[in-house]
Amino acid sequence: MTAPPLDAHLVVDRGGFRLDVPLRVAAGEVVALLGPNGAGKTTALRALAGLQPLTAGHVTVDGVDLDRPAGDRWVPPERRRFGVVFQDYLLFPHLSALDNVAFGPRRQGLDRRAARERAAGWLERVGLGGYARRRPRELSGGQAQRVALARALAVRPRVLLLDEPLAALDARTRLETRAELHRHLADHDGAALLVTHDPLDALALADRLVIVEEGRVVQEGDAAAVTARPRTDYVARLVGLNLYRGRADGGRVRLSGGFTLASTDRVDGDAFVVFPPAAVALHPRRPEGSPRNTWPATVAGVQRHGDNLRVQLTGALDAAADVTPAAVAQLRLVPGQQVWAAVKASETRAYPA
Amino acid sequence: MTVPADAPPRRRRPGQRVPVALAVPAALGLLFLVLPLIGLLARTPWDSLPQRLTAPGVLTALRLSVQSATLATLLCLALGVPLAWLLARAQFPGRRIVRALVTVPLVLPPVVGGLALLLVFGRRGLLGQWLDTTFGVTLPFTTTGVVLAEAFVAMPFLVIAVEGALRGADSRYEEAATTLGAGRWTTFTQVTLPLIAPGVAAGAVLCWARALGEFGATITFAGNYPGRTQTMPLAVYLALETDLEAAIVLSLILLTVSVAILAGLRDRWIGHP
Repeated sequence: MTAPPLDAHLVVDRGGFRLDVPLRVAAGEVVALLGPNGAGKTTALRALAGLQPLTAGHVTVDGVDLDRPAGDRWVPPERRRFGVVFQDYLLFPHLSALDNVAFGPRRQGLDRRAARERAAGWLERVGLGGYARRRPRELSGGQAQRVALARALAVRPRVLLLDEPLAALDARTRLETRAELHRHLADHDGAALLVTHDPLDALALADRLVIVEEGRVVQEGDAAAVTARPRTDYVARLVGLNLYRGRADGGRVRLSGGFTLASTDRVDGDAFVVFPPAAVALHPRRPEGSPRNTWPATVAGVQRHGDNLRVQLTGALDAAADVTPAAVAQLRLVPGQQVWAAVKASETRAYPA
Repeated sequence: MTVPADAPPRRRRPGQRVPVALAVPAALGLLFLVLPLIGLLARTPWDSLPQRLTAPGVLTALRLSVQSATLATLLCLALGVPLAWLLARAQFPGRRIVRALVTVPLVLPPVVGGLALLLVFGRRGLLGQWLDTTFGVTLPFTTTGVVLAEAFVAMPFLVIAVEGALRGADSRYEEAATTLGAGRWTTFTQVTLPLIAPGVAAGAVLCWARALGEFGATITFAGNYPGRTQTMPLAVYLALETDLEAAIVLSLILLTVSVAILAGLRDRWIGHP
C-alpha cells in the first residue's frame, strides 16, 4: 500500500481556540469538511496550504512531511503544490483570466508561452476558452469561480483545496456551477478537500463527509451514513431530523429528560433516536390507537418549509413537526397553543451512541 | 408657506445642498489658496516675458530642477517602497519607532535637515570622510547633493502613501500567489506592486512635487551654484534680492511646469481611487 496523498493531523492553537482534526484523503477521493461558521474549517484549510503553521500534528503528502512541528519540518506554501480555490476566488485583478491561470505554471518554471498554452487548455476545459483576455472584474461570479478552479488545477496539484467554492454564487448559478465542479472533481486524480457550511454542496460533491464543530471532528462517513445516523444536533439539523440521546433497553430509549421513546429498532446501552419532522402528527387531544409515542407539547413557532409548515414544539420532547397548511388552520397552530404530538415507533430509528 | 395647492411639490435631491457653515469656510479656504497665484499672475511682466524666458540661467535652472526632482523621486521609489513594505508587512521589534523616524523629515525644518546631511555626508562628516578617502566621492555642493537633499525631504511622502496603500491592499492575494508557487520576491513584484500601483503613483507624484519645491535643505547642503546646484526655488530666492520681475517670471515657470505635470499625472493614475 502506498501512503495516501493526504494524511494530516491538524492541531492549531489560536488564542483560546483549538483545532484538532485528523484527516486522510485517498487518491481521487473528495472529502468535505462540513461545519458551522467558526468551527475551524478555514483554519484547517489554511494549515494544510501552509498559510497557518501547525502547533502540533502533521501534514504529510505522499509520505513526505510538509509540516511537523515535532520533527521541525516545514515546507512553505509556495513549495507545497496544493491547488487552492479561495472563498472569494482572489483572482489577481490586474491580470487577464489567461494570465491568472498561467501564474502557477509560470512559477513552476514554464516560459511565458508554454504557461499560457497550458492555461488556455485549462480555460478550455472549464468552458471559458473565449474569455482568456477578460479581466476578473469583467467576469460573472460563476465564470470567476471557474477561472479560480482552472488556476488551482493548472499547477497540477496532488491535493486540491476548495474553500466554500460556491458560497459567493446566486442560487441558479450555484446549481450549474456545482454540477460542473462535480465533473472536474471526478476528473482530478489527486486528493480533494472541500470546506463548506452548506450540506447540499457537501452531499453533492463529496465522497465522504467530515463534520467539524468547535475545532473537533464530531462525525465522519459517507453521505448515507451521516444522513441516516446523525450524532450531533448540528448534523441532525443539517439533514433535517429530530435527534435525541438516551439509554436504550431493547426497543425503548429512556432520554435524559425522563421521557421514553419507543422504537422498532432494538439497541442496548447509550443510544441515539431520530425521526423526521414529517413523522410527527399533531392532534388537538390525546390520540387513541396505534401511535406508540405521544406527548403534550406547546407550539413555539411556525415557519414555512417548502410546501408545508414546520412547527417547533417544546414540552416533554423538543421537536420539529412538518404539517400541511390545512392542518395548521384546522388546529389553529399559533405560538403558545397546546397540542398533542404523536410519532409511530416504526418511524423512529435508534442506533448506538 | 404660500405654495399654490396644485403646484407640484418641489423636490430637493439629497446631497445637493451644502450647509452654510461648511460652504463659507470652504470658499475662504479656496480663496486663500488661489489668491496668491492670482497675485503672481497680476504682477507678471507679460511684455518682457519672452526675453526673460530665454535669459541665460532660466532654462538651466529649470532643467536642473526637473532632473534632480525626478532623480530624487526615483531614489525615493527604490528605497522608500521596500521601506514601506517593511513597515506594513513585516513584524519586527521597534517598528513603531522606525515609523516615527521615517516621518522625522516631515516635521524637521528643511534647513536643519540640510545641516544634518552636511554633518553626515560633508567632507568631514561621519560617512562623507570615508566616501572621500575611499572612493574620492564628495557629495555636498554637487548636483548629487541636490538630489540627496531633495530625496531626504521628500521620501516620507512616498513612504506614507505606499504604506497606506499596502495596508489597504488585501493581503490574501499574496497568500493566493504563494499557494501558486510564488516566493516572497515574486509575490511582491508580480502581485503586491501591481495591486498598489495607484498608491505608489500617488506617492511618487507627491514626492516629486515636494522635491521640485525643495529649498532649505538644498541650499544648506548643496549650496547655490548656477548650473550645478541652483534649482528654480533657489533661483527665485536669489532673483528676489535683485530683480523682483525676474523672480515673478521664474515663479510662474515653476508653477506652470509643476501644475501641468501634476494635472497630467493625476488624470492618468490617480483619477480612479
